[in-house]
Amino acid sequence: MTEPPAPERIPRQPLRHRLAERGVDYSLLLLVPAVVVIAGLFLYPFLYGISISVQPQSGGGAFANYTNFFTDPYQAGAIVKTLRLALPVALVSVGLAAPLAYRCRRDFRGRKLVTLVVMLPITFGSILIAQGMPRVFSPYGWVNLLFKAVGLPQVNLLYNYWGTFIAAVLTALPLVFLLLMGIFGGIDRSLEHAAATLGAGRAARFWRIILPLAAPGLLTTFMLACVEAFAIFPSAILVGQPDNQTHVLTIPIYQAASQNSDYTQASAIAVVLTVIELLILGLAVLVRGRLFRGPATGGKG
Amino acid sequence: MATTTLAPTSAPAARAPGFSRPTVTAVLTWTVAGLFAAVLLAVLISVIVTALSTSWGGTWLPSGYTLSWFRHAWDTPGLANSIAVTFEVAIADVAIALLVGVPAGYVVARKKFPGRNAIMLFALLPVILPPLTYAVQLAALMYRLGIGGTLLSVVLVNLVPILPLVILITVPFVEQISPDVEQAAKVFGADNLRLFTRVLVPLLTPGIVAAGVLSLVRVLGSFELTFFVSGATTQTLVVTIFGALSDPGGPPAALTAAMTVFYMAIALLGLVISLRFANPAHTLAQPARRTL
Amino acid sequence: MAGPARRTSGAAFETLSLRGVTRVYGRNPPALYDFDLELGRGDFVALLGPSGCGKSTALACIAGLQLLTRGSIWRDGERIDTKPAEKRGFGMVFQNYALFPHLSVRRNVEFGLAMRKVARGQRQERALAALRTVQLEEHASKLPSQLSGGQQQRVAIARALAIEPEVVLMDEPLSNLDAALRIELRTEIKRIYQERGLTVLYVTHDQEEALALATRLVVLRKGRIEQIGTPQEVYTNPSSAYVAGFMGYRNLFPASYREPGQGREARVSAFGATVTGTVISDGRLEDGAGVTVAIRPEDLILGTGAGPNAIEAVAEVVEYHGRELSVQARTATDNVLHLKTTEPVAAGSLVTLTARPDRVLVYRSGLNRGELDVEAGAS
Repeated sequence: MTEPPAPERIPRQPLRHRLAERGVDYSLLLLVPAVVVIAGLFLYPFLYGISISVQPQSGGGAFANYTNFFTDPYQAGAIVKTLRLALPVALVSVGLAAPLAYRCRRDFRGRKLVTLVVMLPITFGSILIAQGMPRVFSPYGWVNLLFKAVGLPQVNLLYNYWGTFIAAVLTALPLVFLLLMGIFGGIDRSLEHAAATLGAGRAARFWRIILPLAAPGLLTTFMLACVEAFAIFPSAILVGQPDNQTHVLTIPIYQAASQNSDYTQASAIAVVLTVIELLILGLAVLVRGRLFRGPATGGKG
Repeated sequence: MATTTLAPTSAPAARAPGFSRPTVTAVLTWTVAGLFAAVLLAVLISVIVTALSTSWGGTWLPSGYTLSWFRHAWDTPGLANSIAVTFEVAIADVAIALLVGVPAGYVVARKKFPGRNAIMLFALLPVILPPLTYAVQLAALMYRLGIGGTLLSVVLVNLVPILPLVILITVPFVEQISPDVEQAAKVFGADNLRLFTRVLVPLLTPGIVAAGVLSLVRVLGSFELTFFVSGATTQTLVVTIFGALSDPGGPPAALTAAMTVFYMAIALLGLVISLRFANPAHTLAQPARRTL
Repeated sequence: MAGPARRTSGAAFETLSLRGVTRVYGRNPPALYDFDLELGRGDFVALLGPSGCGKSTALACIAGLQLLTRGSIWRDGERIDTKPAEKRGFGMVFQNYALFPHLSVRRNVEFGLAMRKVARGQRQERALAALRTVQLEEHASKLPSQLSGGQQQRVAIARALAIEPEVVLMDEPLSNLDAALRIELRTEIKRIYQERGLTVLYVTHDQEEALALATRLVVLRKGRIEQIGTPQEVYTNPSSAYVAGFMGYRNLFPASYREPGQGREARVSAFGATVTGTVISDGRLEDGAGVTVAIRPEDLILGTGAGPNAIEAVAEVVEYHGRELSVQARTATDNVLHLKTTEPVAAGSLVTLTARPDRVLVYRSGLNRGELDVEAGAS
């Protein structure tokens, strides 16, 4: 039998232990490839884009690309045009999707089918939507044929603001719907039951329990829809009027890069776009922090 | 925790006892939903019908039908190549993203370490920010590195939104695995490698499949990133279709539609598979809800 | 410095020793401080205490799931706290079973053997033998999710037995089960322990469980050992008011010391009367010093007036427990007393209670409020 020695007094643990205490150990190596990819292909290109945007290809001062953009009313007007498109698209998408998502928050027969239909535009992407829209919305399309048949006036919903608007809603609404379904579904059912036992009717339960709990999620979803709609691109060209009504921010980026091969100018406008997008996201986080405290959805989640 | 192996779909809800009279809001909601579905399906169906039509003027339906556009499309130089490129890019990206993203998602889910929140934020940004905020800069960088227009560059740029998506989808699946199960595996003699292969990978399979299929669907439809970086021979299907659509003197609508039907078939297959394995409402909503 | 590493291969395990094991999380007070424990072959040691007392930390340190801040763990002459969990070779049973949900019951039990590269045939045989021990042989091909909680915990026990470990670690294995099942499985654990001559380290917050199972009890308080002893010693002679409270001395109240009596006896003032008790704490007590008096409900005897330490009280709440009644009574000084009796008592009636001086324990120091609150699940 060997007697174990008396307990030794080590004033400090080895560095490895102290780091492990704070969550730093070899398992973090598993993160390295992912960090390298995100840093190299996402963060670095942003910085690279900023750096080339201040080295204008066409000469002028460092900020020539930015002054070119902001002093040209046609180009700078793209910001307003984008806002005029993105805000209504986000509002309409959330407005239409929210009641539907609320009704679909629980499992029901046909949920898979609804999900499938909703996932179609997300999967196919905006190109396919834009491709199919002429046959439906053009002057000789199905909608106008239908209107003619029932005696309604003809509508012009293609190659203008409305063409892009419809295409944007068709792609944004499903995403909003899915997000909201998760948010409504994440509200603990027992809260509703508790409210019901306390005498709250269906309307009262919605307005006093569900809505306040879902409000942060609704706001986030609205902001995400805004962010998505703000960078609408192929449908602005294919079913919009890219030189006028749907001259959104992505069009000058596309023109600078693909048509003029001026990546410095394109990067400058992309930086402007990114700054606006980050402002929207920042605003969402700020407003949420101000308005809502405590767990966003209550119960599970 | 009897069902930890299942995907985080919602718990089956008890059916409401009996149906109540439909309210005005219900009627309105379902009308809007019906209209939306009708427009959406009309848009998609019109593409298929166009691909089958001999010619189609301003009438409800085309005057004649043919299958020849599909053969024609297949023979169009570039289309077969685009399909091949699409598959190569999709498979390469999904494989890399899973290989890199699942371990990263595991660490993010399990460990609290300095910088964790920053990593979560930078994983979320590429998913939230639309590709055009960084597509041009990324393309410029690729050309600067001398790999612009190559298949490698197409694979690399498409990795940007896919990898974070895989990480974000993996996290809730990892969190569903009780840490005790991992501890039990260690106590009973599993080293890190066997912990991974014998316990974690089998338990994470639903999450890995969900992440894989959802990112596959996303790569297939990825337009902007590929558009700015691809060359003539490295275009994916969507980029080829966009080129045909945006060129006024391009191929006839029916031919482009036939190309699109190929793409629809591929994407639909991916979608159906993905719905078998995951509920996208939960998979997409969870990370957004928890991180923002 | 490490001691002489003389792990003689083949020799049977003799002792597991913990020396000065300390575990600190961040800037909090130590979860476990200077913890010394010797576990010999065939021991069944229970670590007992409320949540946050450090008992689960101790177990996790031994299993290798937590790093030690200080101290060392030895198996005979071999230091093991530097080894990773998978190299320590303990069997462990977790509170929430921790079965591998993707493996069948048999494969769960085989897991440890597979990790030890035991040949397939022998693996199956040993797994089935372990399952036979917990009477679950016929469920071998089911998945854990198809079993009840009690059955799942049996599988977990079989999994720990299958590798024939030198020490089995059990982390509150019964606390997720309902009362009836808990007692059934408790007996089962005791039977397996006796039959297979196991060495067990058992963590629990349930004194009854600890008393029923253990050959030695370790009561922990805020990361330190408060008392070590056989169940009988700890139960009849708790070394402090804290241990007394944990051992079912429900009547704990402050009193002040008056004068010594015969031997260890002393008189103290409590609820307006003078009570004779037995001083447990060492050292001299000053006149008027604050002390804590501890009496078990079973030791308060319902009398008719005469007797030692007679106290009058009104029976407030009377609970029927089948064989006995549990009574909550209130004294004229508004102190609440708990007692158990087989005599009939009506709620609202005036009763006289007596207690033998050797069953009235007097402790020097008191308890902090809420210190004995047991929170199942947390630890």
